[in-house]
Amino acid sequence: MHPAEWDSYSGIDQSPEGDETVPKTLAEKVYDAHVVRRTDGEPDLLYIDLHLVHEVTSPQAFDGLRAAGRTVRRPELTMATEDHNVPTLDILAPIADPVSRAQVEALRKNAAEFGIRLAPMGDRDQGIVHVIGPQLGLTQPGMTIVCGDSHTSTHGAFGALAFGIGTSEVEHVLATQTLPQYRPKQMSVTVDGELAPGVSAKDIILAVIAQIGTNGAAGHVIEYRGSAIEALSMEARMTICNMSIEAGAKAGLIAPDRTTSDFLQGRPHAPQDADWDAAVEYWSTLRTDDGAVFDAEIVLDASSLTPFVTWGTNPGQGLPISERVPDPAQIADEGERRTAEQALAYMGLTPGTPLTDIEVDTVFLGSCTNGRIEDLRVAADLLRGKHIDPSTRMLVVPGSVGVKSQAEAEGLDKVFVEAGAEWRGAGCSMCLGMNPDQLKPGERSASTSNRNFQGRQGKGGRTHLVSPSVAAATALTGRLTAPADLIGA
Amino acid sequence: MDAFTTHTGTAAPLRRSAVDTDQIIPAEYLKRITRTGFEDGLFVAWRTNEPNFVLNQPEYADASILVAGPDFGTGSSREHAVWALLDGGFRVVISSRFADIFKNNSTKSGLLTVVMTQAEVEKLWAAIETDPTMQVTVDLQAKEVTYSLGGGQSATVPFEADDYTRWRLLEGLDDVGLTERHLDDIEAFEARRRAWLPTALPVR
Repeated sequence: MHPAEWDSYSGIDQSPEGDETVPKTLAEKVYDAHVVRRTDGEPDLLYIDLHLVHEVTSPQAFDGLRAAGRTVRRPELTMATEDHNVPTLDILAPIADPVSRAQVEALRKNAAEFGIRLAPMGDRDQGIVHVIGPQLGLTQPGMTIVCGDSHTSTHGAFGALAFGIGTSEVEHVLATQTLPQYRPKQMSVTVDGELAPGVSAKDIILAVIAQIGTNGAAGHVIEYRGSAIEALSMEARMTICNMSIEAGAKAGLIAPDRTTSDFLQGRPHAPQDADWDAAVEYWSTLRTDDGAVFDAEIVLDASSLTPFVTWGTNPGQGLPISERVPDPAQIADEGERRTAEQALAYMGLTPGTPLTDIEVDTVFLGSCTNGRIEDLRVAADLLRGKHIDPSTRMLVVPGSVGVKSQAEAEGLDKVFVEAGAEWRGAGCSMCLGMNPDQLKPGERSASTSNRNFQGRQGKGGRTHLVSPSVAAATALTGRLTAPADLIGA
Repeated sequence: MDAFTTHTGTAAPLRRSAVDTDQIIPAEYLKRITRTGFEDGLFVAWRTNEPNFVLNQPEYADASILVAGPDFGTGSSREHAVWALLDGGFRVVISSRFADIFKNNSTKSGLLTVVMTQAEVEKLWAAIETDPTMQVTVDLQAKEVTYSLGGGQSATVPFEADDYTRWRLLEGLDDVGLTERHLDDIEAFEARRRAWLPTALPVR
């Protein structure tokens, strides 16, 4: 399509919210460009450009299609993979757990029956659904992307409007390639300044969530902006957008720029030749207009940030690692006090304990939050030539087969193994313990994943969310440790 | 899905904030490929580990209305959380604030989420704890929650519900069927999508 036709393409001119003279946020632009139908008193019908599917939240949706005699409207806009249940050892053997195996087999049967591309275990494109989309170049700026998984917000790093949905909505998208939606509210999180060495994207997002709370962005799409965000790599931007849901946001996104197009160029599903030029020109329009209004605005100074860790049982219960376990008695609000008391009781922590005194049994490096190549490089750099604490176990689980191959080509696997860590196959793994990778009751982890909910990593398991560099530093000492504190150690 | 018009039953006070969907139903129960039979996973860790957990108390065993602290249903998008609540006998959850995906999922399966201020939730908690047999009526037609305060007094709390979702719930309508009425709009949109947008078809 010729660039001159794009304006008429946008499909937004027939609506008041599509008025070209009204400044819009990036998220509003992407949203409005996908409105199939808008009528007073009804939700908008939004077109979905890419539907990612995994084994856990899809079987009942396919059953629903079958029961109603429906087909998948656009199988070629749908991509499936196996990630939540997959073992990270003996990955080519049949899954030992019969219930997990049945679920994976159901996905294989459904993908075959409905004509959907599947990257199964053993396939070079297999991996966590939010790692493979960007890796294949399927995730592109300006798209609408959904998946039956709350961490779909990851794809917003490319300037896509990407959000998690439930199984009924999975069925709806399979059947119609659309979703009924209400235009979300807009929140900006502006992070200016420079991050100190050893401070990363994970620390930014944990600090944001600690500030606004575990559901503080409910009903909003967050746009992350500012010089500190612009300076981040795509991997780091994905880490931030990934955890938007941990603040309750509908989605999180970042305006595409040169970093974005450099990441995408040459990937298997990225546009090529003349299409590439057209795409890049379109992507350059995907910015929040001057004068666009946000319903809420948060501002953070990157230079003031230090490594963050969580002490409680939701991702909003985090503090700089130099702090101490908080004292619930100091919390005025009764509900929050009770929540903090319950969290500390579950976590087995005493108020006033320095966070760096907390000893961990297991370090988990992986997940859709921090299982990409850059995350592995950062951790490997700290571990190279050293050995982890003898009483600590460290699991390194690449986010995809592609990440695993890349890491092995760079020799990172050897660094991890020589340091005493376990090098595993790709998948969601201990982020949620649907496979055999779980904490035992009472075990404590430092985890680069996204949720420290009770029992998330295994019944009775206790999780501290950390960045990849804090994970590596913690593995070396056996207690929560900032990378800066390793110097001279 | 089943239509929801009005529901009367007893209520259980869940005095916890930020109840995430991992607590409503842990991941190990998500391996099933059915849409029913999730009641055994409902709040299973709290039921197992905490003898005094509200749903372990016999007076709340038959409750069909759950009254929770703020930020109910955070975290994972698992619709199994809604199915588990329905399978566990609940038709309504009341909270001062819900997580978006949970709230959205609930409207697809006929579980009603009612938003009240935390002050109203506190009053309702107190009334339930005074008399766990108290009948609470949630009327979606009138958009009101009514419960007895004792001594012949009753309280009525209005709540908001957007007209479209309310209509769908009252009629028990299937979203897919409603959208299929607009296939021509979908086709028209598809005709003007950019040709270079990616497909997932193998390219190598």
